[in-house]
Amino acid sequence: MKTITLLLAALLLPLGLARAEPLPGEQPVDPYEVSNANAGADPFEGAALFEAFNGEAGIGRVVDDMVDRNLADPRIKDIFAASDLVRLRRTLKEQFCFILNGPCDYTGMDMKSSHADHGITNREFNALVENLQLAMNTEGVPFRAQNKLLAKLAPMQRDVVTR
Amino acid sequence: MRLEIPIVLVGLSIAFAPVCAAQKLELRGKLLLTRGVSSLEGAGGGALTPWALITGNGTDRGIGATAHYDYVTVNDYGLTSYGAAAGLYDRFEVSYSRMTLDTRDVGAALGLGQGYEFAQDVWGVKMRVAGDAVYGQDTWLPQIAVGAEYKTSNRDGLVQALGADESEGIDIYVSATKLILAESLLANATLRYTGAHQTGLLGYSDEASVQPEFSLGYMLSRRLIVGGEYRFKPDDLAFAKEDDFLDLFGAYAVNDTLTLTAGYVDLGEIATVEDQRGLYLSAQVGF
Ligand code: HEM
Repeated sequence: MKTITLLLAALLLPLGLARAEPLPGEQPVDPYEVSNANAGADPFEGAALFEAFNGEAGIGRVVDDMVDRNLADPRIKDIFAASDLVRLRRTLKEQFCFILNGPCDYTGMDMKSSHADHGITNREFNALVENLQLAMNTEGVPFRAQNKLLAKLAPMQRDVVTR
Repeated sequence: MRLEIPIVLVGLSIAFAPVCAAQKLELRGKLLLTRGVSSLEGAGGGALTPWALITGNGTDRGIGATAHYDYVTVNDYGLTSYGAAAGLYDRFEVSYSRMTLDTRDVGAALGLGQGYEFAQDVWGVKMRVAGDAVYGQDTWLPQIAVGAEYKTSNRDGLVQALGADESEGIDIYVSATKLILAESLLANATLRYTGAHQTGLLGYSDEASVQPEFSLGYMLSRRLIVGGEYRFKPDDLAFAKEDDFLDLFGAYAVNDTLTLTAGYVDLGEIATVEDQRGLYLSAQVGF
């Protein structure tokens, strides 16, 4: 089995497919094509928004705070029961950093395939948005800058919400 | 309270009972302020005009409802409105509102009596037909809804004596609402086909026309939006000139139940008395 996985990995790597060996602390995932297009939105231009989020460190705090709030939120916490939180935090940070035009590439899956199995509703989507807003408030991100990021994320509702 | 509200609520429960039984309805779930406030005529929207948003906090899998009380005081008149509205599946809305114009001293001057009141019952329906004001941030398409408001004056006979053709009538409207998140703006445009004199408080003309209504709001936080509205109105009552309405408002979502709105209104000339400007206050509760 191990040899087959390695063989597959060797075959797929040149095609830009995900490494079969997970990063430390993360669970393995099925191979997929790695591309910034998976982030689901084009990045902003300029450095203003990246700075409004206090750079990579600020984005890291926003994502961690949002994920913590999601895990404590009775409306949605069960959805994350089986999640690989190490990977989720990493890919979310990459995604926000990429969209905010920071020096990051997004290496996660696209929004449709990563949410397809979770049966997410609009109410649950909005709960996460609310938690993100609270996290951005805590980080001191100006409201106008918050809305610019939300404007990029809002259309992902069509891929994330399946029920 | 008058009888109409209980009747509306009973009516709504009967209408929605089969739906509730068929599927477990979710309660709450909209983001703050995205249900709008209540217009004077009862529909979910701004203060003066309906929006394409559906009232209540229910999403496409749920039901929600709101009740409102508005108090307007301008130089020579008082205007109140109370009512209730329900939203189903974030697609349909039904509403009821009772609007009352207190003529104070003008009533006496016109020979109607001190504090004479013109009132109307407004029954509204609205259906969302396209777009999504909140999620559709990558498209120009706004959320669009069509609606109708059936209004009956309590002064059948008198409003005709004042020049109206009818004491009741129907407004039909189409509203387009767009949240422009990247700019923290909320915009609405409504086209209303109406023959109403002073929203119907002074009756209806048989000649209807299309009147535009606009709202623009700027969000200062996820709880607070400030803005203004302009509502064109017909002007075909012979005895008195009728002006457009405008307001400047601030709406604050205390939580997902209570929204408070305060503002400045300019209602123009009403029943021969000019420059009716003053204060608009509104509370809306809902789930
Ligand atoms: C615009 C909103 C959202 C964005 C940008 C987003 C972003 C992401 C990202 C980047 C991933 C990781 C993909 C990967 O592993 O390669 C992910 C996974 C996931 N998301 Fe979201 N998400 C959003 C909304 C939601 C909502 C509303 C929920 C549920 C309430 C949710 C639940 C999950 C779950 C359960 C996973 C899978 C985690 C795992 O299996 O390890 N997401 N999302």
